[in-house]
Amino acid sequence: MKKHELLMDSTALDRALTRITHQFLEKNPDLDNIGIVGMQTRGVFLARRITEKINAMEKTSFQTGVLDVTLYRDDYRTAFKQPKVQITDIPFNINKKELLLVDDVLYTGRTVRAALDALTDFGRPKSIQLAVLVDRGNREFPIRADFIGKKITTLKNQEVALHVNEIDKEDSLWLMQLEEEN
Amino acid sequence: MPLGIQHLLGLHGVSENDIQLILDTADNFYEVLQREIKLVPTLRGKTVVNLFYENSTRTRLSFELAEKRLSASPLNFSASTSSVKKGETLKDTIRNIEAMKIDMVVVRHSSPGVPYFLTQCTDAIIINAGDGFHEHPTQALLDMMTIRRHFKKLAGLKVAIIGDVLHSRVARSNAWGMKTMGMDVTLCAPPTLMPQHTDSLGVTVTDNIFEAIEGADVIMLLRLQLERQTSGLFPSVREYRELYGVDLEKLVNVPDHTLIMHPGPINRGIELASNVADSERSVILDQVTNGVAVRMAALYLLGGGESGDEEHV
Repeated sequence: MKKHELLMDSTALDRALTRITHQFLEKNPDLDNIGIVGMQTRGVFLARRITEKINAMEKTSFQTGVLDVTLYRDDYRTAFKQPKVQITDIPFNINKKELLLVDDVLYTGRTVRAALDALTDFGRPKSIQLAVLVDRGNREFPIRADFIGKKITTLKNQEVALHVNEIDKEDSLWLMQLEEEN
Repeated sequence: MPLGIQHLLGLHGVSENDIQLILDTADNFYEVLQREIKLVPTLRGKTVVNLFYENSTRTRLSFELAEKRLSASPLNFSASTSSVKKGETLKDTIRNIEAMKIDMVVVRHSSPGVPYFLTQCTDAIIINAGDGFHEHPTQALLDMMTIRRHFKKLAGLKVAIIGDVLHSRVARSNAWGMKTMGMDVTLCAPPTLMPQHTDSLGVTVTDNIFEAIEGADVIMLLRLQLERQTSGLFPSVREYRELYGVDLEKLVNVPDHTLIMHPGPINRGIELASNVADSERSVILDQVTNGVAVRMAALYLLGGGESGDEEHV
């Protein structure tokens, strides 16, 4: 897998998150009833940034929920790869909340389906809205995002990789190309 | 990092990475147990047979609960009410159960090596829930999980395991697992209740309880099986209690941070005084809670597809 094309640099990434934050607040003006949940792993970093932006703009002190959907995936029995179970930590009651679910990449929609199942076990939010940094198409389930940073067309042998400052020492979004076997 | 083992037969020879992965996964399952709905759909459609040839309350309930919380279907078998009474062999029993299409077997048996034997006659995944005086790996894992959650580390901690080491599968599994994790283990028992060959365990051995508990971060008591007295291994329960029973008096010079553990069931007033078992430093009930999480982790990690890196979906 090698870097193929830079989709967003740190400025573009930050602007996209700022826009998503504004769009979410515009649609959900009642600050008493919102909650933000990021999906493990990279969605968590994006959700934290959106939370920080809301807190800075609105002088609030929201906390970011962290959701791991490993136990809710539909490929446990068939997967050749078994993902690591990570922590789930939602420090607020999701009942009756307008919930913003944040992930980095929307692709087949299977992770989001698992997330909807998982969130249902935590309570009954008023609504669940989905924000993704990039929608790369190729959906296998009838799922769409409410807030999208960037929409691109990709091939199945490509991947989209989000680099974040916290892990990779830089913010950027890359289209990766599977290397051809010769 | 994938799990290197296919079955959980014991902790002897299990790598540090594997133990670490099970404990890390168990920590995350612990969170599931704090939820209002303590149920995840992960093992939906998997059938797990709990094959118990020996009596058990805690372990069987803990496994059954772990299976249910992962949405697996538990099938309970106890030897006392089965065809074993009609003379069916172990191999025939497992073959017949396997013919009913099952995925995993949790087995407890009074003969050491039964879990290994089962791997030779069935394709199901085997988890040892105690085999004779040999091993009880999930107990040792839940003990290590409890210690790790408390001290945030394992390596370098000093553990004293006190009691009937000779007949204890808990002591063996703990000694092997804890040594692998870099812990300092001391076994303490009357000479008649200490195994002959302890060199291969790499542990310190003593018959003096004060030597064992000096500087210990964890004091783990083992159940004294009262029927051993009739076989002449110790003179009287009273003498055992005087020399090896842990009470407040023996703990006078023990630091405040030292934990008291016991795999249960406790003989109150013999190996452990009630006021110690119920004291602040006792984590005996945490052990029980963590037991469910550790068993969920073992079932999850052993029961899935082949392990590997995270897949992007």
